[in-house]
Amino acid sequence: MSGTGPLLEVSDLRTHFLTGRGAVRAVDGVSFTLERGRTLGVVGESGSGKTVLARSIMGLLPARNVVRTGEVTYDGRRLTGLSPAELREVWGAEISMVFQDPMTSLNPVVRIGRQITETMRFHLELPEAESRARAAELLRSVGIPEPERRLRAYPHELSGGMRQRVTIAIALACGPRLLLADEPTTALDVTVQAQILSLLGRQQRERFMAMILVTHDLGVVAGRTDEIAVMYAGRIVERAPTEVLFSDMRMRYTQALFRSIPRITDPGHRRLQAIGGRPPDLVAPPRGCPFAPRCRYARERCHAEAPALTEAGPGHTYACWYPAEPGEVAAEAAALASEAMP
Amino acid sequence: MRDSPSEPRLTEAVVAAAAPVAAAPGSLNGAVSPAGPAYVGRTLGPGFWISIGWVVLMILAALAAGVLPLQDPTAIGDNLPRLGPTGGHLLGTDELGRDLFARVVFGARTSLIVGFSSIAFGIVVGGAIGLIAGYYGGRLDAALNGLSTVLLAFPVLIFLLTVVTFLGQNLFDVTLTLGILSVAPIARIIRANTLAYANREFVLAARALGARSRRILIREILPNVLPSALAFSLVAVAVVIVAEGALSFLGLSVRPPTPTWGGMIAEGGQVLAQDPLVALWPALAMFMTVLALNFAGDRLQVYFEVREGGL
Repeated sequence: MSGTGPLLEVSDLRTHFLTGRGAVRAVDGVSFTLERGRTLGVVGESGSGKTVLARSIMGLLPARNVVRTGEVTYDGRRLTGLSPAELREVWGAEISMVFQDPMTSLNPVVRIGRQITETMRFHLELPEAESRARAAELLRSVGIPEPERRLRAYPHELSGGMRQRVTIAIALACGPRLLLADEPTTALDVTVQAQILSLLGRQQRERFMAMILVTHDLGVVAGRTDEIAVMYAGRIVERAPTEVLFSDMRMRYTQALFRSIPRITDPGHRRLQAIGGRPPDLVAPPRGCPFAPRCRYARERCHAEAPALTEAGPGHTYACWYPAEPGEVAAEAAALASEAMP
Repeated sequence: MRDSPSEPRLTEAVVAAAAPVAAAPGSLNGAVSPAGPAYVGRTLGPGFWISIGWVVLMILAALAAGVLPLQDPTAIGDNLPRLGPTGGHLLGTDELGRDLFARVVFGARTSLIVGFSSIAFGIVVGGAIGLIAGYYGGRLDAALNGLSTVLLAFPVLIFLLTVVTFLGQNLFDVTLTLGILSVAPIARIIRANTLAYANREFVLAARALGARSRRILIREILPNVLPSALAFSLVAVAVVIVAEGALSFLGLSVRPPTPTWGGMIAEGGQVLAQDPLVALWPALAMFMTVLALNFAGDRLQVYFEVREGGL
């Protein structure tokens, strides 16, 4: 542990993809800090830029037709200024990533054992035998029975949940201090989702590792993160400590997202509270608040002028002209939080 | 199957993961998954094994031709010309009294050496070009693509004629020429396959773990591309064997008296009206070999595709 400041500092990060139609502003001015050993949930619907944000933090972007500006500082080092070779030293060893679909994020023709040991041998320069022993230990720690035998298995011999455990083991192999989990449970059965999330949480606490959990499901982050950032159209539109967000959400998009979660306690045959319309075109985003066209509280000003982030309390910011009253959705939130927490 | 008592919630997942493995312990050759509609047709089938058997038989015969109790395939005048199949000469003799069986077996040498070596060359060179073009993309890809388009547009026969005329008619030059000609189509196929894998998530995952491009190419993409490349290369070998046959039919391949199937067909063609069997035997050998290679290659391609779908 070198520095004493925050583990990760992102300031005014922008990632634009150059296409034939113009620049797609996938991430458009995101700033936040993450302390050591803390978890941040990044929530937003498809196309809100959350996956691109995670990849932009790492610098894991296509080689061409991408413009990334802004700064990412990890433990005092400017990641945005590193060369590809220097970045490779950081990737896997310091910052790791768990991907959405364990069906595609493991190489189908390579045995599990080699997929785990490869990184250790590269970053830690461990000899073969030792890295295999550690790989078996890792598999055991992520809840895979008979790890020695599984090392010789191919990915298709394992179930989806098991595969995601393997990808987590690979990501943890070199003891990273920051884990980016990009929708780690989206491709899994509901029954397995909770297991994987608690596994991630347990590993994160045991290793005192910071984690960014990217998801489209507000319910997933409810009981499992210290802070939540809600993304819309490439920007963070509300950010708050988890309890504060659920008790006092202000931004209308957060509220809409929250209301769209179906509840077990809802009466039968109740209509799902979907958010109508689609996210804005990121090539030509609207002049005003990007959510205004879909917002039922939108007024003239929302269409004309984009709201800036406003401070609502300690660590709580939001971007909305006509925010929800404090406590407006608190009761609903309490119900959800108690459901989500194990 | 073992349940870990400390984590009861794991049980279902454990059972789910253990079931297919328990059903087919230790089998790693693709026929692993449980029976189900998605996996119907996942065996290679007897046709494949018969074809491979034939090709292997040919290869063994070609390798062992020198030590087999065969007559000298080039000795002229030892026997009467144009004998029919008899006990002493399984397939009879040709116009010059040479034993046809010995000539067919020795002819297999030329065909198979040229076929397999030139495609091996094509796979190594074309494969490397295809992998690099497909993975790195951009200008490099455009340049290599342009180059292969030029190569493909070049009239094959004229190229062969020119090269053989200038370099000479020996086994090495003929093999090298056909190998060079196979580079462009093989590079294209490997490039297309590489493109399909280069954007897969596991490649991104490997990058996210700090893997170098070279390692990604060799350890992540190559093992995925290789099976279909091998399947395709069997078919390519068949194409080259036919091409070599055409060359030697025209007298442009290895010089006589070294027996080649194409050369034998050409010689037999002169006496086709009197004795069709002389041309039939080498033609049959070539036909069977090419058919077997095509069939085996096709089966392999289908087999690997199905396996892909099952993943």
